[in-house]
Amino acid sequence: MTSTQEMSSTQAPAATLSSAPQARKRRRRPLSSRAYTWFRATALVLVVLAFVLPLIWMLLSAFKTNVDIYDVSKTLVFTPTIDNFDNVLGRGNYLQFIFNSAWIAFASTALSLLVGVPAAYAMSRFSMQRSAGVVLLARIIPGVSLLVPWYFIFANLRMVGDYSVLILSHMFVALPLIVYIMMSFFDSLPEDLEEQAQVDGLTPIGAFLQITLPLSTPGIATAGILSIIFSWNNFMFALVLSGANTKTLPVAIFNFVSYASIDWGGLMAAAVVVTVPIMVIALFTQKYIVSGLTAGATKG
Amino acid sequence: MTATTGIRASSRKAYSDWANRHRKWLFASPAIVLVGLLITIPLVWTIYLSFTNSQGSVRSDHQFIGFDNYAEVFADFDRFWPAVGRTFLFTGGVLLVELILGMAIALLLWRPFRGEKWVRVAILLPLVATPVAVGMMWKLIFDPNIGFANQVLSFLGIPPQPWLSGEFTALPTLMFVDIWQWTPMVVLILLAGLTALSDEPDEAARIDGASAWQRFWYVTLPLLRTTVIVAILLRSIDALKTFDILYATKGKGGGSFNEVETLNVYAYGLSFDYNDYGVASAVLIIFFMLIIGIMWLITFKRKEKVSK
Repeated sequence: MTSTQEMSSTQAPAATLSSAPQARKRRRRPLSSRAYTWFRATALVLVVLAFVLPLIWMLLSAFKTNVDIYDVSKTLVFTPTIDNFDNVLGRGNYLQFIFNSAWIAFASTALSLLVGVPAAYAMSRFSMQRSAGVVLLARIIPGVSLLVPWYFIFANLRMVGDYSVLILSHMFVALPLIVYIMMSFFDSLPEDLEEQAQVDGLTPIGAFLQITLPLSTPGIATAGILSIIFSWNNFMFALVLSGANTKTLPVAIFNFVSYASIDWGGLMAAAVVVTVPIMVIALFTQKYIVSGLTAGATKG
Repeated sequence: MTATTGIRASSRKAYSDWANRHRKWLFASPAIVLVGLLITIPLVWTIYLSFTNSQGSVRSDHQFIGFDNYAEVFADFDRFWPAVGRTFLFTGGVLLVELILGMAIALLLWRPFRGEKWVRVAILLPLVATPVAVGMMWKLIFDPNIGFANQVLSFLGIPPQPWLSGEFTALPTLMFVDIWQWTPMVVLILLAGLTALSDEPDEAARIDGASAWQRFWYVTLPLLRTTVIVAILLRSIDALKTFDILYATKGKGGGSFNEVETLNVYAYGLSFDYNDYGVASAVLIIFFMLIIGIMWLITFKRKEKVSK
């Protein structure tokens, strides 16, 4: 609280003096502000380069032969080839892995929305702090501590490698995320309209289904997109619980390296195959992703 | 006919009344039960396993051995304590850099400018990229022989570095990768906080002649405190549990010298590379308590400050 004290102590005398420094500042401002504009533009370009260059490097390497990757002189100028993609998509079950990743991400997200949206609504409207705590605890627990018992249970049920097990394990990531985002969405959604609908003769559940839910489309889109991304990117659960045919893309990429010598071109092509779809989605849904990632960040 | 439809209608109404009256638990219980089942049973199981000598196969017999696993873990200065150290080093290091860098970039982006949209997209890209693929991407860039990093160093006349394959350079290199990927997260959170601030205090301080640094340190930062704490909370949860980039780039045991073996990688290795479930469970319980303790410290600190 010292800061506010200092602020108010500087504020009092300055109020009377404010006109003099301002007049002085007005003369000086253009030069320093132009310098700042240049500084800011340079800094922004550097920031963009720092975040984008490595990705461009990955993209370029995916279109190079392994000989070209080893050749320093062909860093930027080279003859692009799609052999790497041919090899990766042709060899093994990569198309199958792409389908697996997409199906598991989609199914776990859809089921989590079905269960999580009403739960978030109840927790927000009835301020169920303890129940919300249980769901959010799932965000804190290290995944490994659940994997051993899960593996044990599903191994005994002979279900390891089934889609259902992978979907269930990914729901463990998706559900808390969705509840968290939707709770902060419902917190900010005014209750007036629901109450009005109930005065007009709808039941509380009817008001939720016909009034609140349609109004929540932006929130649901946010939660759904983020949940799909997190599921698509998840590595550890599928590493343990997937079978030869139900492997997801991150696991397939990890297995790529275990061969004796690394086929860098193929590896980068595989990395491009997994990251580019997500990045394209991110380009078009930027607003939702940002609002989801920062949900609840600005309130105490 | 009319009688049966009447009964049907009234029973449907009774059902609907019941559902509406109990909607609170009707809505919330599926999620709570699902998460509860997925967490509670495994957690109780892990606690149980931590007191047994279970190993080899999950189906094989095991005996209750009391606190032996915990004693073994706490006496393990070979793997366990170094892993604890690396976990704290990694988390503390990336958190500090990500906060400073994230704040700097957030301030840079705060006021509107031309091309803002594209800069924001660029910042979002690392954040959504698959961590395993990000690990592989940097593995190529940091490759000692053909990587771009050593090409840059040789251009600058600096001798090549082993980066990921060095015993002492691997962990800092992976910390750099984590910082590259997750600084944008801190930027987005802080930017959301900055955008929600009112301009008046900053403007008032400017009129009073406060320098840019003074305005940031005495006006903006205190107002942003809760947002900063949220950023610390979210990032430390994830940083403590970092697994993907470590395991994907260095494999089992965090490399041949265990140079990047954090608690999470150690616990995973004990469970699934060595099938030593009893000891693994003990490590996991300790790890879990540690995370809860740190979360409690951060939130407790926050409440204390707010109430003051």
